[in-house]
Amino acid sequence: MAKVLMKGNEAIGEAAIRAGCKNYFAYPITPQSEVAEYLVKRLPEEGGVFLQGESEVAVGYMIFGAAGAGERVMTTSSSPGISLMSEAISYIAAAQCPAVFVNIVRGGPGLGGILPSQGDYFQATKGGGHGDYHLLVMAPDGVQEAVEMTMQAFTLAEKYRGPVMIMGDGLIGQMMEPVEFPDDLKTEPTNKDDWATSGMDFRKSKKRNLVKSLFLDPTALNDNNLALKAKYEQMKKEEVQFELYNGDTDYQILITSYGTMSRVCRTAIDMLKEEGIEVAMLRPKTLFPFPEKAVFEAACKDSCKAVISIEMSMGQMVEDVERCVKGRRPVEFYGECGGDIPSPEKIIDIIKGLL
Amino acid sequence: MQTEIKFAGFGGQGILLSAKLLAYAAMKQGSFVAWIPSYGPEMRGGTAYCTVVISDRLIGSPIIKNPTHLVAMNLPSLEKFENDVKPGGIIFINSSLIPVTSKRTDVTQLVVPVNDIAIKAGSVRAANIVALSAFAAKSELVDLDLLKACVKEEFAAKAKIIPLNMDAFDRGVEIARADQAQTA
Repeated sequence: MAKVLMKGNEAIGEAAIRAGCKNYFAYPITPQSEVAEYLVKRLPEEGGVFLQGESEVAVGYMIFGAAGAGERVMTTSSSPGISLMSEAISYIAAAQCPAVFVNIVRGGPGLGGILPSQGDYFQATKGGGHGDYHLLVMAPDGVQEAVEMTMQAFTLAEKYRGPVMIMGDGLIGQMMEPVEFPDDLKTEPTNKDDWATSGMDFRKSKKRNLVKSLFLDPTALNDNNLALKAKYEQMKKEEVQFELYNGDTDYQILITSYGTMSRVCRTAIDMLKEEGIEVAMLRPKTLFPFPEKAVFEAACKDSCKAVISIEMSMGQMVEDVERCVKGRRPVEFYGECGGDIPSPEKIIDIIKGLL
Repeated sequence: MQTEIKFAGFGGQGILLSAKLLAYAAMKQGSFVAWIPSYGPEMRGGTAYCTVVISDRLIGSPIIKNPTHLVAMNLPSLEKFENDVKPGGIIFINSSLIPVTSKRTDVTQLVVPVNDIAIKAGSVRAANIVALSAFAAKSELVDLDLLKACVKEEFAAKAKIIPLNMDAFDRGVEIARADQAQTA
């Protein structure tokens, strides 16, 4: 298929349709409302359903219901909306239902602002809701990757029977870039009959399926948490995605950065190269599972003197970076939030200060 | 090689569309492109601006502080952004709404009364198309026939206004070429 020029938000909507998602429930919030605007037109053409909930709390449970019935389902929101959905996300994780959540992150805490931010890293990777669970979290750096990750998200959600999150930011949602849609992935989930409450008439197995998150028996609860834990361990083995940029040089500094921020770092690295200064960047594409081994190995290269995590936050992913570097190199941090994205020139100044 | 163009004006002047059409044509020409709106808490009639990046390689930072060129559709836009333009760039001035020119001497200024020309073509609403084609003719960033085809495609669902916009497009090109001849 030829390239088309699309806004990130619209492209995410189209990607969901091409992945076979027929159910989209949402509540509008800047900077992602174009996803709903797009899908309200497109989904009926595909025989799908768009329903606007009365609040994000309701939307979270509408997702739970559809996911429990074995349907491909997605919602999109932005930071405060994801906070409201977090209770349902915890329930969905506990009940082991596949669902896709897209967070086009805006500045926080509180109502914050509507400009791009990466302040929801902790929320996305460390919980958000209560209890022992994780989301599989992917962070695109542009419209093309947002499309590819959204399509993958449905497959991964079904493989692991759990919620998957795409963590973008306001800029990725709002900007237009050329995008090429991969071949459609409208595959039926294979394990649906084993667990989905899709109705006895609609499945081969005559086993009674029950979707629940309440386990009053301590052994049953422990077993459920162990099952979740086993899935997270499998994700760490099989689903880690990252990019090492300029990594084949004798770089002096290793940047860790993701999403929109990583693009600014990429330009800064190119500009520094022209001055004869080699800097590499490790860009996690999955935030959970985190590329632990890759960060450690890239940091430990002989030429590398220090690691710096550059984020549109006050310092969140840097904690994972420190954990992975294990004290073998100094780990610095630079971040801005509030909506102004640091310029490449600013990043260059920060890097030069480390040399 | 990377070129950045800032389009700026009032909300409702069709700034975002002009920019999108330029990006679309450049994409069809095989370039890497990005269309980056400035979005914020704006009101109807407030300022609207956005940046188009056209590059021969993968686009890194989408944050552009100093664009190569500026298309200013109203006075506040010119005042706000004229000093950001890189030396050697083009500052396009909509003289229907901007009674002054830029004090910059290290840039090329293209002064076009786009609203007046659009009215002659049939509607002031085509002012953004006049600006787009005049700027494109001056900057030579994209093939004009290709750009014109993109404009036509954009209005495919509103066939009635295609002739108006085609006429507006031609008038924009014409005035930019006249300006070129005068300068040469």
